[in-house]
Amino acid sequence: MCLCCCFECLPNVPPFNLILHQFSHSLTPQQEETGEREAMASILVPNPIPSPTEDAQTIREAVQGLGTDEKVLIQVLGRRTASQRAEIARSYERLYNESLIDRLYSELSGDFGKAMVLWAMDPAARDAKLAHEALHKDGDRRPSVVVEVACASSPDHLMAVRKAYCSLFSSSIEEEIASCSAYEEPLKQFLVRLVSSYRYVGENVDDNLARSEAAELCDAIRKKQPLNDEVIRIISSRNKSQLKATFQHYKQDHGKSIDEDIEKHSSRKLSGVLKVAVWCLVSPEKHFAEVVRSSIQGFGTDEDSLTRAIVCRAETDMNKIKEEYKIRYKTTVTRDVIGDTSGDYKDILLTLVGNEVP
Amino acid sequence: MADEYQSLTKAFSGLGGLGVDETAMVSTVAKWRKQPEKRAQFRRNFPGFFTDKGIIEKCEDDYIIQLKTEFSRFKNIMVLWAMHPWERDARWAHHVLHKAHPSTIILEIACTRSSEELLGARKAYQALFHHSLEEDVAYHVKENYRNLLVGLVSSYRYEGPRVDEEVAKSEAKVLGHAVKSGGSAKLLENNEVMRILTTRSKLHLRAVFKYYKQMHEKLIEEDLSHEVCLQEAVKCLDSPPKYFSQVIDISFKKDADKRAKDALTRVIVSRSDVDMEEIREAYQQQYGAKLEDMIAKNTHGHYKDALLSLVGQ
Repeated sequence: MCLCCCFECLPNVPPFNLILHQFSHSLTPQQEETGEREAMASILVPNPIPSPTEDAQTIREAVQGLGTDEKVLIQVLGRRTASQRAEIARSYERLYNESLIDRLYSELSGDFGKAMVLWAMDPAARDAKLAHEALHKDGDRRPSVVVEVACASSPDHLMAVRKAYCSLFSSSIEEEIASCSAYEEPLKQFLVRLVSSYRYVGENVDDNLARSEAAELCDAIRKKQPLNDEVIRIISSRNKSQLKATFQHYKQDHGKSIDEDIEKHSSRKLSGVLKVAVWCLVSPEKHFAEVVRSSIQGFGTDEDSLTRAIVCRAETDMNKIKEEYKIRYKTTVTRDVIGDTSGDYKDILLTLVGNEVP
Repeated sequence: MADEYQSLTKAFSGLGGLGVDETAMVSTVAKWRKQPEKRAQFRRNFPGFFTDKGIIEKCEDDYIIQLKTEFSRFKNIMVLWAMHPWERDARWAHHVLHKAHPSTIILEIACTRSSEELLGARKAYQALFHHSLEEDVAYHVKENYRNLLVGLVSSYRYEGPRVDEEVAKSEAKVLGHAVKSGGSAKLLENNEVMRILTTRSKLHLRAVFKYYKQMHEKLIEEDLSHEVCLQEAVKCLDSPPKYFSQVIDISFKKDADKRAKDALTRVIVSRSDVDMEEIREAYQQQYGAKLEDMIAKNTHGHYKDALLSLVGQ
């Protein structure tokens, strides 16, 4: 039985309904309605919102019979938060005795199908699945995906991802990274530590420590040892506020910002991963803007990366990503998505990306 | 007559053993009311006092400190018992991180708690100390086993039943090879050894250790006797009851130091609700005596009663 969990093998992932199970326990309806999260998320939930039962019925009508009404699916699922989607899925299963994800998977196909299924999943299970896929497939983007999952979201979300991973794949995520033959030391140690971290969440920062650790980082990077013991320790264990302060000191005390120094001094492979980690930890919008841009540039489109960036960030910081994109590339995410995609795939992406003057 | 003095000496932990016999002390106070010469005689014969130029029997400063420790064993066990297990683990970890040789307690917590309990301890640690546990371990531990401890403390091991026997066999080979080729110090730098011990599930590790014994005709902990940290980690991962019964037995020894004696409280309190029956069995198997009997023999007073209640029948 192939457990690689690529979309082709999705039906074999046991047990299927766990993909809907809420591992993301931190997403309570109250938390979603308030706070900075709302401001940075791009999805547009209608007001008033239909009940989960009504939504489930609407979806049912859209998938029953010949063909599928993709527009309806996009309208409903594309405009609901994770906990709302979980409610809808529970209602759907209760009413029609089948899992919503199963149904979506069997009805939809291609890039649109992949995007919808990923979007409909519980966020922690989704990240676990993406990490698993990255660890078992060929291609250069593998370390990045693991780093994204480990660094670009809250510590509680990462713990939920680790639990989901154990449930879905009968193995811990750190176990699989550590035994993955594609990674060499010290990259492997770095990834394991990143994914095992459970960072403190808080604002208090030790300024002296930030200064001294900035000096250690600078020393290691300029001596072309970007992943030595001390770098790994600092990057994988300090809390995000502390790291922000450390990186500020890096620029103030040593003349260049840390990402510039990494690019200048290290080997391509290691520097790529360290830079992704640094960005994902303190300014994920920079990294994901780059992911979107690289996915549409050049020949063809890297749909998997584009889908991943948009689906994973629509509920977190898509608005910030759009701003960053404008500054950096002098164009908008919307315009580039329109230029490079079509049909229902384009529609779901634009729905998730949200309003923007193209 | 001599009996009276001896039993009071014993009550003050003067003849060894942990804790103090509060009841015996109080009844002697009642019996000896208005008899200061009895108290003087007690002081003259008690090992914690000495006669200074014959004027008075002075109490040794060291003894006062020691007595304080013995009196507070009951207090400590009660406070620890009342605490939430996660807070207990967090406080123990924080306490030892700021002293030398922190490995033992952190090893215990990292290896003998379930994945959820270890996560809980990490959450409690953050709430109490505003740093993450792995952050402090990575920063404060300077010894060569630092990376091993960070890895152990950060793990969230798979706890399901799946074990790949072929992988377990090959990892047993890898461990055997590592043991033979490197010296003990090298083992801590061996990435494969670290990987296997810090990421594999406990069921998987027990299979690995079983195959190790089959292949090399020795228990893996025997081959790790030069590197105590690794040896203890392996013992904790393989069989917590066996490991804890060893820790308990060391605390009863005559030459046990403060840390070894404090371990008795720690083990009994933290395992009382978890695997105390298995610890009792393991103790009986290894030392041919009942744990309850040894506790009754080596401890005093309310401390003894608390221990026996936690150990159960």
